[in-house]
Amino acid sequence: MSAVLKVRVWRGGARGAYREYEVPRRESQTVLDVVTHIQRALDPTLAYRYACRVGMCGSCAMTVNGAPRWTCRTHVDKVAQDGRLSVAPLKNLPVIRDLVADMREFFDKWARAQGQFKGGRTRADDFERIAPGSEARRRADAAIECIGCGVCYAACDVVAANPGYLGPAALNRAWTLVNDARDATNAERLRAVAGDDASLACHTHLSCTERCPKALSPTAGIAGLKRAVSRAALRGEL
Amino acid sequence: MSRRTETLLWVAQRASAAVLAVCVLAHLATIIYAVQSGLTGAEILARTRGNVAWFAFYTVFVLAVAVHAPIGLKAVLAEWLGWRGRARDFALIAFAVLLAGIGMQAVFGVFA
Repeated sequence: MSAVLKVRVWRGGARGAYREYEVPRRESQTVLDVVTHIQRALDPTLAYRYACRVGMCGSCAMTVNGAPRWTCRTHVDKVAQDGRLSVAPLKNLPVIRDLVADMREFFDKWARAQGQFKGGRTRADDFERIAPGSEARRRADAAIECIGCGVCYAACDVVAANPGYLGPAALNRAWTLVNDARDATNAERLRAVAGDDASLACHTHLSCTERCPKALSPTAGIAGLKRAVSRAALRGEL
Repeated sequence: MSRRTETLLWVAQRASAAVLAVCVLAHLATIIYAVQSGLTGAEILARTRGNVAWFAFYTVFVLAVAVHAPIGLKAVLAEWLGWRGRARDFALIAFAVLLAGIGMQAVFGVFA
């Protein structure tokens, strides 16, 4: 392990440039530690985003050596090449400044995919009883742990080619709700996730599944949505 | 184009792909058989002319191509050239008609 890490960091907006910093190497150092060191010790004007530091909040994702990653749980040991690191904002999103990407479009697409839970019961009704081992519950479980970090969205080639595409995270969220027996708006949701700018646009490249830090498979959920919207279209329910 | 139409086209492309998988294999097997057996053009025509089974098989093949290719091209044009909307859709309908037309001309050529 060399004593110093050479780090290229994106500075500026969409038309910015990389600037190089030298950061002392430490044991168990994460990429977020490196970025924090730069801001606190070398250049206080550096803008970046983080909150929990423990892989729960989903706010610290950046492009590290060309690939989107959650920086708080990414050890420098695993990604540095010859003592070098390159850190940039997430791809497929507008850059606000330095390492901060504008997430509005990402979350607006969750809303477009009808990612909000809308129950059909009131407090006067009994609880919906859902067997933990039921097929729908297990499908929802497999996709439910998304932290909304945007890594899958930044990794997706279809988003890059078709900016209107809803993207893996929004569709993954819709898939959990399609499998939620308590939700009362699934007909509307299936309409929202059908079509060329939604689930049907996925080319199954699996970049989202490969990059998801929570080891989810949005690709599998999107495949499920494709089946669901196809059935709905053939029945005339879309 | 409505979301339902887009979805039905997507289903049609997958269904035609399944048909094409079988047709392409049968077509390749036929070519290999014809070449290995050293059949001449006249011998091949003698077998296809008036043969309703071959006519039906290649008609299905051509129509599956005419359905499959333009729908795939729709996504290619949208993602690579940013071409969406009605003009593209009419161009693709024309392409489908062209594929079906020249394909069926070939099928009739070896049947009639």
